[in-house]
Amino acid sequence: MLKIAKERLNELYAKINETMGLFMPIKKAGEVNYHVWGEGKEVSLETLKTVKSPKNMFFPQTENMMKFKTEGKNIEIVDVREKLAAAAEDKPFVMFGVKACDYKAIEVLDKVFLAEPVDTYYQIRRNAATIVTLACSKPEESCFCSVFGIDATAPQGDVTTWLDENYLYWQANTEKGENLTKLVETLFEKGGEAEVETQKANTQAILEKLPFANLDLSRFKPENLNELFDDTRWEEMSEACLGCGTCTFVCPTCQCFDIRDFKTNEGVIRYRCWDSCMYSDFTLMAHGNSHTTQMQRFRQRFMHKLVYYPSQNDGLYSCVGCGRCVNKCPQRLNIVKVIKTLGGNKND
Amino acid sequence: MKDVELKMLERAKQLLESGEVARVIGWKKGEFYFDPAPASFETVEELGDFVYNGFCGANLSKYLIQASKKEGKTAIFLKPCDSYSFNQLVKEHRIVRENIHVIAIECQGKLDIEKIKAQGISAVTEVEEEGESVTVSSLYGETKLNKAEILLGKCASCKGKTHQVKDEEIILHEMPAPINNRFDEVAKLEAMTEDERFAFWREQLQKCIRCNACRNVCPACSCVKCVFDNPASGIEAKANDDKFEEQLFHIIRAFHVAGRCTDCGECSRVCPQNIPLHLLNRKFIKDIDGLYGEFQAGETDNGKTPLTSYTESDVEPNNALGGEAK
Amino acid sequence: MQEVTTKKKEFTPNIVAFCCNWCSYAGADLAGSSRLSYPANVKIIRVPCSCRVNPTFVLKAFQQGADGVILCGCHPGDCHYVTGNYYTRRRMALLFNFLNYMGIEKERTRVEWVSAAEGQRFSAVMNDFVKTITELGENKRLTDLRVKEGE
Repeated sequence: MLKIAKERLNELYAKINETMGLFMPIKKAGEVNYHVWGEGKEVSLETLKTVKSPKNMFFPQTENMMKFKTEGKNIEIVDVREKLAAAAEDKPFVMFGVKACDYKAIEVLDKVFLAEPVDTYYQIRRNAATIVTLACSKPEESCFCSVFGIDATAPQGDVTTWLDENYLYWQANTEKGENLTKLVETLFEKGGEAEVETQKANTQAILEKLPFANLDLSRFKPENLNELFDDTRWEEMSEACLGCGTCTFVCPTCQCFDIRDFKTNEGVIRYRCWDSCMYSDFTLMAHGNSHTTQMQRFRQRFMHKLVYYPSQNDGLYSCVGCGRCVNKCPQRLNIVKVIKTLGGNKND
Repeated sequence: MKDVELKMLERAKQLLESGEVARVIGWKKGEFYFDPAPASFETVEELGDFVYNGFCGANLSKYLIQASKKEGKTAIFLKPCDSYSFNQLVKEHRIVRENIHVIAIECQGKLDIEKIKAQGISAVTEVEEEGESVTVSSLYGETKLNKAEILLGKCASCKGKTHQVKDEEIILHEMPAPINNRFDEVAKLEAMTEDERFAFWREQLQKCIRCNACRNVCPACSCVKCVFDNPASGIEAKANDDKFEEQLFHIIRAFHVAGRCTDCGECSRVCPQNIPLHLLNRKFIKDIDGLYGEFQAGETDNGKTPLTSYTESDVEPNNALGGEAK
Repeated sequence: MQEVTTKKKEFTPNIVAFCCNWCSYAGADLAGSSRLSYPANVKIIRVPCSCRVNPTFVLKAFQQGADGVILCGCHPGDCHYVTGNYYTRRRMALLFNFLNYMGIEKERTRVEWVSAAEGQRFSAVMNDFVKTITELGENKRLTDLRVKEGE
């Protein structure tokens, strides 16, 4: 294990930034999101939940897919992936300070975008990224990652780091992580095992005390699909839902998108953008819409996270307990209320 | 505040038991003290979860668009500022007044959990209100805060204690006086140069994730189909792909509610990126006041709005800059 | 400094003029038949009444590359539909003020009243507006970069 003094972190960022892109939680106009690092930027590693999750780095909110250029009777199709791949090869990037839940969320997305047929746009960015995770030391009340078997004190990733009052501790886990370590090794000194163990133990104690630590997921199984789907309580759970897309857009695992065309002066840009199952025009088809009420849309979101996705991915839930929806829902509805209503609490 | 809650609960019980109303719209307990959610109660048993505390900031009036069209009467608890939205909705024929029983309730200013967390307090488990002081307990310790520091943005420039509409009231204590500072920040922006203003709004609007929370929570945004959801409108978009679209959405939305916006502040309350959206609406309100005479949307449930009326001597647009006739 | 001025001279702005069918469009017609010139980069869009102009139209024009937008209608009191331009007057006063509040240059937007008999005035108004926008330069604050792709 390696360590670097907290005051020297800027040197570390600068060193990485010499040859690679560096994205990390940075405060801009009052809110912390993943932004490109630069000298003088307000880095906020201790922020547990950036407003937009790191998924935005691999699966951006809007992304051009191809362009159609028209000239007379000819249409030229421009594949933007060539440029994207060249840029990625030229300048791979580091995602720094990713929390355990958000890293797990990237794994959830990998199963969707990297499975056949592979989403090459996602793949190009994903391959170009080295992910440096940061263990949590001060989880908050809305956190419930432990319910999904995630260890916030020892996140995975290419490199795992821990931060205390004095040092950042560094542990490479993969080949990509080793390569990054080689790049910055000179800044580090050895040691820190004991400190990391202490921090882990302290955090673990807090994690156990968190109010949502005992959520019971046992009912959310493929075999209960129909029963859960037909539950009469969806109506009551969704009645205050505004149908906005906040929960889906701040969610690190929501993956639905829409594909649209935009007319330019010389042709058409085909782009994709995040979509939300909370919207009235979600999956709109020529015949109309498959979800006609807000209750159905609301149900879709939670059934997807807790039943549909796991039934196709060996029981892996597509919620990671980051708690962003708990904090951000305008009317205070969230997945915890759904789990408690339909599933229960282990202590009840 | 507890006494107000009990009184409200008691009244809700009476109304449901007597069959006077079919449902009561209020707030339901959440997972914590600080996260009550709007809810509709149809039976006395359901009222077991009823709550009214310092975190019931949500404006409930928009729920009446649906509720007032249901079978039977609906009772609703309205805070003074929510009553403006109610009137505006009645004026626009969006809700059926006869089907609603308005219970005007006391409000001592609502609190913002995000502001509490911004003080560096994490893992909040309990919040206790006592007059002007608020005690916040977390897994990491206990902190005493001053209520004034953690008020919701909209309550920091409160429109005052007068309900614009009521069928009955539950007011047990003196309510705070209006705070007349709502145009201060607008004036600050107006005093900046064009370049500075542009930079300010770019930085703020860049954060927009187009979740539409501001639109969907807004009582003035009650169109059955919004232009931004309508493929035939030519401006439909699900995400901001360009800085133009970031501006377009907010300009059109603010303009569309101009003269109808009661300044209830819900847009800024719900924004996940904390964009000061109320500063857009307040600019229109300030200009309307300055150019066409003072007007408060929702003061009454009838009459014309500034954009649906005119005078022959109105100021010329080219001379109206700065919101004052020259 | 020299360079900057030459650059500005080369810039020919795109102007969108919304003209009401009854007065201003007829005014433009009269300007034409009286052989009064106005710059060719003014694109006229005929609308039934100036109050048909929805704020979205103005913004769409900017999005598609307009550098200036001008609304022309009958003089207040002369509206073919009696009151239409009174509403325009309020709406545009608020909208243009608001755009300026967002940091958009105030010179980029204008409202002028031009009657069917004012061919001369139409020409003068357009020449003046084009001159203003030419001096102001390209619209960069309220434009969609995607539209300009390939330029």
